[in-house]
Amino acid sequence: MTEIGLGHYLTLGAVIFSIGVIGIFLNRKNIIVILMSIELILLAVNINLVAFSIFLGDLAGQVFTLFILTVAAAEAAIGLAIIVVYFRNSGTIRVEEIDKLKG
Amino acid sequence: MIAHAIFFYTFSIIAVVSAIMVTASKNTVHSVFFLILDFISISCLFIMIGAEFLGMIMLIVYVGAVAVLFLFVVMMLNVAQQKNQWFAAKDSSKHIPIGLVISTLIFIEIMIVIGGWKYKPDLFDINNSLSQTSVSNTHSLGQILYTDYIHVFQISGMILLVAMVGAIVLTFRQRSGVKRQSYIKQISRERAEGVEVLEVQSNKGVKIDD
Repeated sequence: MTEIGLGHYLTLGAVIFSIGVIGIFLNRKNIIVILMSIELILLAVNINLVAFSIFLGDLAGQVFTLFILTVAAAEAAIGLAIIVVYFRNSGTIRVEEIDKLKG
Repeated sequence: MIAHAIFFYTFSIIAVVSAIMVTASKNTVHSVFFLILDFISISCLFIMIGAEFLGMIMLIVYVGAVAVLFLFVVMMLNVAQQKNQWFAAKDSSKHIPIGLVISTLIFIEIMIVIGGWKYKPDLFDINNSLSQTSVSNTHSLGQILYTDYIHVFQISGMILLVAMVGAIVLTFRQRSGVKRQSYIKQISRERAEGVEVLEVQSNKGVKIDD
């Protein structure tokens, strides 16, 4: 219990990943919270990569985490810009009112 | 080792609880704050296990930029008043069991994978040379980032540039009725249209219409 190994970090990553997936499903009101849940999922992936990188002694995992961070920042910026434009055009970002595509 | 365990459990409990609060919080602004808390505790974990550079980058990029961006958009769109009450909504209640089942299945699958993981017995002894070198984490990361991964690094720079251009193009709009500074108009002004010599009669004054 006191010896923190790779499995502990992987378990933490799994828990945060599952919470992110729950967040996407449960949140039917506000699309910004869905974006935040996606950020949580990316964070869980980063935890896994860094834990493997440290415990196996290979720096490639940390380099990959750096690139995932880059892509996550770009994705958040574009996603929020799209949300702003949508809010300007339709006046709402509630999830159940976004039905222009009739999906 | 005990201190390591104490810090790990503290930060991971904070991270998990704040991740739950991100999804469950009724106010979107509170969700953003819990997201910030989550990122801070995870970056503390990163610093603790020896990935100092990534921990600091995580703080700068996520807490300093992304979370503030979220906060900015939340406050600009004024969605804080629309409470996000997924407990009370009737039509959303059919999504909750599906989401719970799917995420529980994903969690169980990941736990099966982790639990069935077998290490080579000599893996940690041979390969765990990261912590024994005298070179710091940032130094060694830079040594492989700018040599082996230089192309990927430059491509990620291009991705950021494209994202920046895309975000500006998406949200830019020309407003009507806003007075703007026009350099061409300012520079091409001549004396004839700028200055007018009037013959002012006494006790009459001058009427200026602009």
